[in-house]
Amino acid sequence: MRRHTFRGAGFAVPFYLGFLFTFVAPLCYALYQSFYSIESGGLGIGTQKEVFAGLDNFTRGFQDGDFWAGVVRVLLFACVQIPLMLGLALTMALLLDGVARRTAHRYRFSFLVPYMIPGIVAALMWMYLYSPRLGPLTDALETVGIHADFYSSGLIWFSMGNLLTWIHMGFNMLIIYGALQAVPRELFDAARVDGASELRIALSIKVPYVRGALVLTGMLSIIATLQLFNEPLLFRSTAPETVTKSYTPIMTIYYQAFDSNNYHYAAALSVILALIAGGASFLFYKLTNRAQP
Amino acid sequence: MTTAANERPAKTEGLPVGHDRSRRSRVLTLAGLVLFALYSVAPVWWLIVSATKDQQGLLYSNGLWFEDFHFFDNIRTVFEYDDGIFLTWTVNSLLYAGGGALLCVLVSVAAGYALSRFSFPGRKLGLGVVIGSFLLPQALLTMPLYLLFSKIGLADTAWGVLIPFTINPFMVYLAKVYVDGAVPAELLEAARVDGAGEIRIFFQIVLRLMRTGAATVFLLSFVGNWNNFFLPLTMLRGDDKWPLSIGLYFWNAQRTDSEIDLTTLVLTGAFLSIIPLAVVMLAMQRYWKSGVTLGSLK
Repeated sequence: MRRHTFRGAGFAVPFYLGFLFTFVAPLCYALYQSFYSIESGGLGIGTQKEVFAGLDNFTRGFQDGDFWAGVVRVLLFACVQIPLMLGLALTMALLLDGVARRTAHRYRFSFLVPYMIPGIVAALMWMYLYSPRLGPLTDALETVGIHADFYSSGLIWFSMGNLLTWIHMGFNMLIIYGALQAVPRELFDAARVDGASELRIALSIKVPYVRGALVLTGMLSIIATLQLFNEPLLFRSTAPETVTKSYTPIMTIYYQAFDSNNYHYAAALSVILALIAGGASFLFYKLTNRAQP
Repeated sequence: MTTAANERPAKTEGLPVGHDRSRRSRVLTLAGLVLFALYSVAPVWWLIVSATKDQQGLLYSNGLWFEDFHFFDNIRTVFEYDDGIFLTWTVNSLLYAGGGALLCVLVSVAAGYALSRFSFPGRKLGLGVVIGSFLLPQALLTMPLYLLFSKIGLADTAWGVLIPFTINPFMVYLAKVYVDGAVPAELLEAARVDGAGEIRIFFQIVLRLMRTGAATVFLLSFVGNWNNFFLPLTMLRGDDKWPLSIGLYFWNAQRTDSEIDLTTLVLTGAFLSIIPLAVVMLAMQRYWKSGVTLGSLK
């Protein structure tokens, strides 16, 4: 009996060894690094050495206006973009659920086309679509009398929000649609006999049923937004004045580490951001659970 | 008026308003579906059309329809530019995404099997760690991972990308859910009674029963790896080691600085980089749909 349990655990060993190596070790290393800093000796560059810095990096991090501006920026952005995207994904799923299965399959396929496009390619594609020189969007808006510069500081969040919504909407739709399939069909018939409209059925029966899926997609989206990096990095190549080096928290960390070689400071910022991510997810989970009747 | 004949007369008689509304709601539903479909597909259509144009066509023609057909010229330029670096990037992408996904399947199915079908001390904790790490922002691990890997000489090598691709807690969880459903405990017991060893049971029974689960893990992992940008950007320095995503980013960043305008190269390259992913996804449609749905329900 005892031999069994040991062998069984053996199958998990490769994963957990790898997990120690790629998750636990870097986390500990980041923590360790965040308590040290580089001090150059009196004799110049050659004599740099690592010294214990205590909480200096963290104090600096908590006072870093640019970093916190980035955090607030992505959080505000999340508050607008995530509800909009999930609302659209929910609408898509409800529309699909409202038509015959064969029609639904055809449309579902086209909704998933963005999911098949690599993220960086999607970002490149939209950047060209937004481009006043190459893209059709600026011209199209021009003909109805709207001058839109998608890279101006006023519109850049819209541009980025649209891009992220386009990329992730299909995936979220798939999760919500999957949950919708599990709603017992008899409920709809009962409601129809009672004279409820399709809209009413959707809002009062289907939506409460997919709460769990919405909470899940919401949490995944919050974590993804806090890590926003690829898209702003690409936008930076077109609009470097608007999209600064500290535009999002991960960008700050990336540029601190690889541009300014402040590894220790970047590590401290990573720890702070991990705490924020954990806190935000926890808060969201608590709030959505409390609102449940 | 004409559709009224198709409806059940007895029920609609008293409810002309409700009947009208249901017809209207059907039209609205279809209109909504068409709008969403256009939004999802139109940008990709633009990319496909643009990949067939030369510089002039890109600048001066209607973006949503074809002009002079330069698709094959563009492809040749993409593959010839900079001594065929694009082909190297493609091979790298296939190696990282495919190799990483294969390793991930083996490691994840084994771990999922252990977590699902055995009760050893620490199992609960192990499962908790797996689920808890979903919430950890992956990008935050990348920088310390790079520092760690550069200490032991793994940074700037293929392993620096492949090892992190192999270890994916979400895939372990997915594999566990599949084992729960697909591998009956009675069958394992019977095999043990017959004297089969644990290793043999795993390779001859579990892996066979898990074909669907393994395919799902492979597919989701492949797509995730193919799309990953931050990890290879941090880990790999030399351009001969880059995958397509980094290469395209680099071309785009350079497009106005170099002697020739790289815009057509970026657009055609972007289009070409979609193809392998689309092929894998279409070939394995059945799996990824079930996989994503399954993940959401549990």
